[in-house]
Amino acid sequence: MTNIRIIPRLDIKGPNVVKGIHMEGLRVLGNPRELALKYTAQGADELVYMDIVASLYQRNLDFDLLKSVADDIFIPITAGGGIRSVSDVRQALRAGADKVAINTYAIHHPELIREAVEIFGAQCVVVSIEAKKIRENSWEAYTDGGRERTGIDAVDWARRAIAMGAGEIVLTSIDAEGTKTGFDIELIKAVTEFAPIPVIAHGGAKSPESIAKVIQEGKPDAIAFASILHYGDTTVKEIKNYLHEHLIPVRDTLL
Amino acid sequence: MKKVAIIDYGVGNMYSLHKALKKFSNAFITEEPEEMLTVDGIVLPGDGAFHAGMEGLRVRNLLDPLLARISEGIPILGICLGAQILLSKGFEFGESQGLDVIPGTVVKFPETANAKIPHINWSPIVAPSGVSWENTILEGIPLGAQVYFVHSFIIKPKNPVHLLATTTYGGTTFCSVVRKGSVYGCQFHPEKSGEVGLKIIENFLRV
Repeated sequence: MTNIRIIPRLDIKGPNVVKGIHMEGLRVLGNPRELALKYTAQGADELVYMDIVASLYQRNLDFDLLKSVADDIFIPITAGGGIRSVSDVRQALRAGADKVAINTYAIHHPELIREAVEIFGAQCVVVSIEAKKIRENSWEAYTDGGRERTGIDAVDWARRAIAMGAGEIVLTSIDAEGTKTGFDIELIKAVTEFAPIPVIAHGGAKSPESIAKVIQEGKPDAIAFASILHYGDTTVKEIKNYLHEHLIPVRDTLL
Repeated sequence: MKKVAIIDYGVGNMYSLHKALKKFSNAFITEEPEEMLTVDGIVLPGDGAFHAGMEGLRVRNLLDPLLARISEGIPILGICLGAQILLSKGFEFGESQGLDVIPGTVVKFPETANAKIPHINWSPIVAPSGVSWENTILEGIPLGAQVYFVHSFIIKPKNPVHLLATTTYGGTTFCSVVRKGSVYGCQFHPEKSGEVGLKIIENFLRV
């Protein structure tokens, strides 16, 4: 079995790291640069950096802020928020991102996925899917940081994104997001069942135990989470130690 | 501080690499053949297809100055595609000639049931039996240290003496660091491999 990647997620609004519940009611929780350094030092395998209001306000990611965060980080960074063109992808890569996450624009213009893959390679094109449960085994894809309905089935959207060449999926449960009540394991399973590309499970982490559970039952390739780190409930190191003790392979940070 | 050229030959993202090298050297990104002549070391980065990499060097007239500096014995570090093109031949989209600095080939990562390809993850590097990392770019790196890979092709050096480190993923053991004299190639990305990667870059600048 290969390592499960442990990925702190920084939701950005303006110059701050923020966090809400169900992606609403945002609170300012810190400085992106300081938190990125802190979580990297704790043994994070990657970081997700997401401007969660850029799309809603139809503006670009703040590339200068991303650069100021990326300058001292020597692990992979996935950046997203408001990405609408190949030129936006290029700017994010130049600002220090290794992969770029696309959601709102791609759901209405999936060809952007293919264009970006042709130019930059599948390894750096991540599709971010925000899913809200509508009934048993059925989820609707949302956009604009969990605010706008699309009428599109989230699992079908994952299939189409893969067919367009996406290299990875960040799969967020809007229902679980920010609640610290555990992952929507059924949602994760519904996508990992068929996805030939890595799936990052996001939304609902409440404890190292809840992370172990989604890994064992949902079979994602990586886990992203925010609240439990920002509020100091646990650390990346504690989570990795717990997973290691439960025979889930994670990267050991030697040196 | 050593003057190090990062060759921009049109294949991939070198911003992280530049900022990592700048921590320990006077590193700059260039595509000018003349710049090769005055530097203390050369870094060959790159992501993408083997043929595109060789073509990128050729159209910029970088092949001759690069090979000339390699034969002088200055430190060279190839990363990912930059490591692959150090070998004789590649087989991505048909057969193409490499720099042939290190005899061997570059072949597709064998597909297995239990591994997603491309290999995109942290994986451990170990020393092949009888190989010491002393006085190399891996000096001081613990055996089994994990580094970050993004690739779907692997390096197969012809002569086992050129294998400095190997990695096993999805049941396949492949060469993760190749070395011949002061020419090094890392299949992984040291600039993305946290403290371990920074240590490797620092070591390279002491070679």
